Amino acid sequence: MLELRGITKRFGSVVANDGIDLDVPPGSLHAVLGENGAGKSTLMKILSGFLSPDAGRIRLDGREVPTGSPRAALQAGIGMLHQDPLVCLPFTALDNFVLGRRGRIDRAAARREFGELCARLDFDIDPDVRARALSVGERQQLEIVRLLSLGVKVLILDEPTSGISSEQRTKLFAALRTLAADGLIVLFVSHKLEEVEELCDRVTVIRSGKVVGERTLPCPADELVELMFGEVVVSSERPVVEIGSPALRVGGLAAGGGRQRIADVSMEVRAGEVVGLAGLEGSGQRTLLRVLAGLEPVRSGTVEIAGRRVDGSSYEHFVAAGVHYLPAGRLEEGLVPGLTIAEHLTLAARLPEWVVDWEAARIRAEEAIEHFRIKGGPDTPADALSGGNQQRLLLAMMPKDLRVLLMEHPTRGLDIESADYVWSRLLARRESGTAIVFSSADLDELVGYADRVVVFFSGRVLADLAAAELTADRLGTLIGGKVAS
Amino acid sequence: MKRALRAVPAVWSVLAALVVSVGLLALAGAPPFEALVLVLDGAVGDGGRMADTLMSWVPLTLASAGLVVTFVAGLWNIGVEGQVIAGAIGATWAARTIPGDGLVVIPAALAVGVVAGAVWALAAGVLKTRGGVNEIFGGLGLGFVAQSVATYLIIGPWKRAGIASTSGTEPFREEVWLPTVGGTRLSPVAVLLAVAVIFLVWALLRGTRFGLRLKAVGANPASARLLGVPTEATVLRAFALGGGLAGLAGAVLATGIQHKLVPAIAGGRGFLAILVVLLAAYRIVWVAPIALFFAILSVGSAQLQLRLDLDSSIGGVLQGILVLFVILIGGWQALYRRGEP
Repeated sequence: MLELRGITKRFGSVVANDGIDLDVPPGSLHAVLGENGAGKSTLMKILSGFLSPDAGRIRLDGREVPTGSPRAALQAGIGMLHQDPLVCLPFTALDNFVLGRRGRIDRAAARREFGELCARLDFDIDPDVRARALSVGERQQLEIVRLLSLGVKVLILDEPTSGISSEQRTKLFAALRTLAADGLIVLFVSHKLEEVEELCDRVTVIRSGKVVGERTLPCPADELVELMFGEVVVSSERPVVEIGSPALRVGGLAAGGGRQRIADVSMEVRAGEVVGLAGLEGSGQRTLLRVLAGLEPVRSGTVEIAGRRVDGSSYEHFVAAGVHYLPAGRLEEGLVPGLTIAEHLTLAARLPEWVVDWEAARIRAEEAIEHFRIKGGPDTPADALSGGNQQRLLLAMMPKDLRVLLMEHPTRGLDIESADYVWSRLLARRESGTAIVFSSADLDELVGYADRVVVFFSGRVLADLAAAELTADRLGTLIGGKVAS
Repeated sequence: MKRALRAVPAVWSVLAALVVSVGLLALAGAPPFEALVLVLDGAVGDGGRMADTLMSWVPLTLASAGLVVTFVAGLWNIGVEGQVIAGAIGATWAARTIPGDGLVVIPAALAVGVVAGAVWALAAGVLKTRGGVNEIFGGLGLGFVAQSVATYLIIGPWKRAGIASTSGTEPFREEVWLPTVGGTRLSPVAVLLAVAVIFLVWALLRGTRFGLRLKAVGANPASARLLGVPTEATVLRAFALGGGLAGLAGAVLATGIQHKLVPAIAGGRGFLAILVVLLAAYRIVWVAPIALFFAILSVGSAQLQLRLDLDSSIGGVLQGILVLFVILIGGWQALYRRGEP
């Protein structure tokens, strides 16, 4: 039995966890559900020892678990699988497996144990392959068997399904069911309702740092959505938009190198059209987007914006031609940590003045904050915003008139409400004739928002299909490289 | 509130550094409090000493102001010492070759010093942006080159008539010395320059597009590029400005203090400036008082040697301890804020 009592954590004036109580019996598949910024990750980090709570206690099987030390939590039997698996990339799978053990390491015995655990969970990992060569899903599997070998009784998974294929997701869920059947506690943290409904038998919903409800599954989705948001969100309707002349044309494009290589890519996107790029992470979507944004050179082939060749030009030239790129790593390659909302908007406005008019910048920022419903003030630094609000700031920074809008995972890590809002703003752009090209790992997003879906497999276009003939399931099989019927 | 919190590490560090310094002085067999009083008296005890302290403050402040510009842009411009030397060489060349009176030659010497420092820093910048050489290594290497060039000029082409000595070149003719007042070594022009530079850097970082771009490139070059900041040009401009101010420091040292080129013209001020800027946490308004404090320690600790027979390097030890404590306490704070002791 895992018992959490009165867990409280403040970050400055923000109360991330406000007296959270949670009881989970052994053998449970228990979901922790909540929108972005609800406090799920903070709670899990406290449970796994990565953060110290300001107040509250944790007990496992009647024994007190010391807080604030990942090592102590692990020794007590609590292990966490992070969103980005914490494997050591240059090490082999087996080296990673024995990492964190104490005393002498018997490699032959470890190899046997690794094989047995993998066999039991139907994982297929070569112990001698370097972790760098494993996919995100396989790295997760590696982390799971490593944590099991360390004797964890509680396995925490933080948004484990972002960035893995549907086959790997099925495998992961099957493994989690096996583990729960053996008496392990599985804590599944997610903001994706469907996955929680598919996998778990009980769910705790967190909103604004508090537990707002617990339900046994299955239970009506509306009820959970209302618990998460306090109000029922209606998905935005797609407006019917006239498709215009070609805004973007790519012919026989080759670019990138190594695993990022793309070859022989040809496609056309018309004004007002939305094209989704599907494929496993690293199948070439990112390289294509970066080439189309003018950030990476073209090796061969052509890129045309509104009928004019732009391949070989500078990034500034692409920008002048009306291309805008929204990268996935918001704080890594979109926003500047430490700069405020007003400063971001000033930079993005690309004004010719040498001296900044801060009064005007403030007004501009206040307008954007109101218009895009950003939770923050003109002087709030970008890194103090939540993921959803960072994405809103990026939207606020988009130039007015665009021919081509390129996006990488536009709603990754966002809750339903934020994602819906982002898409409503993006789709509004189509009416002024902007062509949209986006990559996503979320199959429902691809099928739901794109007019056409282009499927990538190891750097090449595998299929180019109208979204109307697609379902998420069919797309899932295609992404795995299978061209069936 | 926020500002008060920021000041906390500085206060604690100064206290901790004082305690350790007093202990060290006691270990060295000196009466600690008398020693501290002597340092203060040696730096500000009379008009002449105050003038010396101010004249020590000026080049340190100029070099530190330049460093703030490069540090804000995320550039570890460790080569300031070399840029100061380059500025001194440039000013010396101007003072020796340009004919005319002080009104012509002094501004020219200062300007050539700025250009020489800027060129030296730009070399490190181009090595970084076009050669893939980290500015730390490029700057350090170029610093050694500048030092060697200065020594070569002093014992070679610019040697004093008849003798080649590392004690320096022939002193400049007196009319190209920075004018001083009141029979002291105080040059109002130099002090005004330092004050003006502080103000200019403050205004640049606070109110201009260039300042904003510097901050953006410093915090995240990839995002800055996507936002339309010309990153390479911004980096090179930061180097040029930072090096130019270091060069100005060198020019002031040559025309206002040494009145000739000596091998140790920079005297470690470039490295000291790094400590000043670290202590100021890259904030220009803090540079002036911290540089003054360092100048007091440097000038005042000469008294320790004269009066207590202690080596004057104790001043440097005190400065080093202070910086270590500031960085240590700042680091602790950051660790505890994240909740991982």
